[in-house]
Amino acid sequence: MQIYRAHVLICGGTGCTSSGSENVKKEFEEQLKKHHLENEVQIVGTGCFGLCARGPVVVVYPEGAMYTMVRVEDVEEIVTEHLLKGRMVRRLLAGGQEAGDVTQSLDKVDFFKKQLRIALRNCGIINPEDIDEYIAFDGYKALTKVLTEMTPEQVIDTVKRSGLRGRGGAGFPTGLKWEFAARQQNETKYVCCNADEGDPGAFMDRSVLEGDPHSVIEAMIIAGYAIGAHQGFIYVRAEYPIAVKRLEIAIGQAKEYGLLGKNILGTGFAFDLELRLGAGAFVCGEETALMTSIEGHRGEPRPRPPFPAVKGLWGKPTILNNVETFANIPRIILNGAEWFAGIGTERSKGTKVFAMGGKINNTGLLEVPMGTTLREVIYDIGGGIPGGKKFKAAQTGGPSGGCIPASHIDTPIEYDTLVQLGSMMGSGGLIVMDEDTCMVDIARYFLDFTVDESCGKCPPCRIGTKRMLEILERITGGKGEEGDIEKLETLAKNIKASALCALGQSAPNPVLSTLRYFRDEYEAHVKEKRCPAGVCKAMMKYVINADSCKSCGICAKNCPVGAIEGEKKVPYRIDQDKCIKCGTCMEKCPFKAIFKNV
Amino acid sequence: MSVAGECCCGNVDTREQKLTEIIEKYKNTKGALIPVLHEAQELYGYLPLKVQKKISEGLDVPLAEIYGVVTFYTQFSLNAKGKYKIQVCLGTACYVKGSSKVLDKLREKLGINVGECTEDGLFSLDACRCVGACGLAPVMMINDDVYGRLTVDDVEGIIEKYRNK
Repeated sequence: MQIYRAHVLICGGTGCTSSGSENVKKEFEEQLKKHHLENEVQIVGTGCFGLCARGPVVVVYPEGAMYTMVRVEDVEEIVTEHLLKGRMVRRLLAGGQEAGDVTQSLDKVDFFKKQLRIALRNCGIINPEDIDEYIAFDGYKALTKVLTEMTPEQVIDTVKRSGLRGRGGAGFPTGLKWEFAARQQNETKYVCCNADEGDPGAFMDRSVLEGDPHSVIEAMIIAGYAIGAHQGFIYVRAEYPIAVKRLEIAIGQAKEYGLLGKNILGTGFAFDLELRLGAGAFVCGEETALMTSIEGHRGEPRPRPPFPAVKGLWGKPTILNNVETFANIPRIILNGAEWFAGIGTERSKGTKVFAMGGKINNTGLLEVPMGTTLREVIYDIGGGIPGGKKFKAAQTGGPSGGCIPASHIDTPIEYDTLVQLGSMMGSGGLIVMDEDTCMVDIARYFLDFTVDESCGKCPPCRIGTKRMLEILERITGGKGEEGDIEKLETLAKNIKASALCALGQSAPNPVLSTLRYFRDEYEAHVKEKRCPAGVCKAMMKYVINADSCKSCGICAKNCPVGAIEGEKKVPYRIDQDKCIKCGTCMEKCPFKAIFKNV
Repeated sequence: MSVAGECCCGNVDTREQKLTEIIEKYKNTKGALIPVLHEAQELYGYLPLKVQKKISEGLDVPLAEIYGVVTFYTQFSLNAKGKYKIQVCLGTACYVKGSSKVLDKLREKLGINVGECTEDGLFSLDACRCVGACGLAPVMMINDDVYGRLTVDDVEGIIEKYRNK
């Protein structure tokens, strides 16, 4: 085996690939050749480091120097300075890594200090397309232990005692789910992995699949052994081409190594895996809908009971777990249930991965122990709100969740506290909103999403959410009527009580939670026909301040509809009837003479 | 001029043969319909009625059911798409960062609405669900290329780049 004196890790996740990390990698290959370093320095394409906003990300070991926003032009400097002469390129080092203070690991970078990476343990460290690297990091060791030393009952007992709860949304205890399926007497059972990550703003599962696909495969085989299944399906979004490709490679390699198929590791246990691609239907993240979709039908949910553990895919006992849930399993087996149960809080064990986006400096992926407060996540890890703006709310749980207002920023994040606040953990999307976000508009946005994604099977969801959306559109359109808010509340209550599946039952949550904390904003819309955040176009206008206008005419030139008129030495004016409220004039005005009147 | 089995450009249309092969490949798989539709759409760019009919015969699934599945999932399209498929992400992170403004600009620039295709067949415009590149919000995709950290001003240049390709 070739020994290298240094390793260059280049992120190949979706974020960094979109920022051009492929070209950076090619340039590294060329530069290393040019400087005859190709036998001394190894390039490793990895999964997501998490710091997506500052991609492409490159980490050079053994120093652990993290370079961010690396452009192709920067590569030669890194090669000649760092790799050839041993001098780090300071201007590219990630924030917090001061010159002279460059550490042996990434722990000192603010973004990583408070994180604890269990599900993401290998992301950004190993090459996800090489099974040997996974094995070198204790990969498939848990499977070996399970197949050679443990009974299925012991496996289930370990998972139960670990306190692991489903990371896909509702937080059902994983071990209990496995136990239900294991109790069923049936020759055919299935293990399914829900990789249909549909919440807008969530990309945790994608990162795990892209950065460490084998951890999911290993866990699925373990689950198969525990419940007595020999076939598994991974239902993955077709919108994630890199994840699909890496899963295909990983499944192929696992088969080649005898880790999938008949007689795994010579123990006689058989398990096979198939990949199924979703086709862009949010409802397929609901477990029964997902199984209907694998069966080849419209992804409509079915009533429960019977629960999938009793009657699931093709009528057989089936367990369905989310990607992140599975990614935790190998570590739980290796380190023991007590170790895992020692992390987190009383009722929420372990860690949770969040995809943080929206109005936040360090957009990206992070993993923290359960019980970490929202403040720590947003300010210590996320680096706060850009432009010195004020934090207004954090949205968790996607279209099924709600908004947590600034007054609850010190709440520890765990399943039950979030539910008490009217939101939910969801799969882990965390969208940060600042003062420029209109909460009524956000509620409208999510209802618009739900109406579009409602499968149409049950009337409360099909008709009820549509009515709610109409009311919200009326309110944001400046035509809100007295009594609209109360109507919203009644509809929300009834839909929650009567919809068939989780999609419908949770669809009113964004409205209820914004009503709970931002009722004044709703009232301003309805009663005063005013949008305090200045977002709802129907209720605001752009105005030119005659005192600061220098009559340069730039606004008029840039106005797409010719709504601005004026002449030299006379302040310009906006014709409100023609104005489409695009905001271009305000952006272009060099004197900041144009403002939004809300 | 088109001759049987050839299209007007003179190249033999091998797609029908390929479609038969796709159907054969999956015929005995449980839940074959969606994988077949995925591959058929990759082949044709969309799923016209004649393709659905052929799949219906090949898999022995009623046409009505196939139509039901095709119209249920947003990834499947009954209409032809442009040579360059523009998809603007309207996921929460992108929405909060103003992707609807980018979409408005594209509509204005291309003169088409969401779901439509330009007359020259060059561009089609769609709003899509979260593509998971939230770190770069707002984001749009043109075929497989991702454009992130967009501003309204970037739109024109990007479109021109494709127009001149």
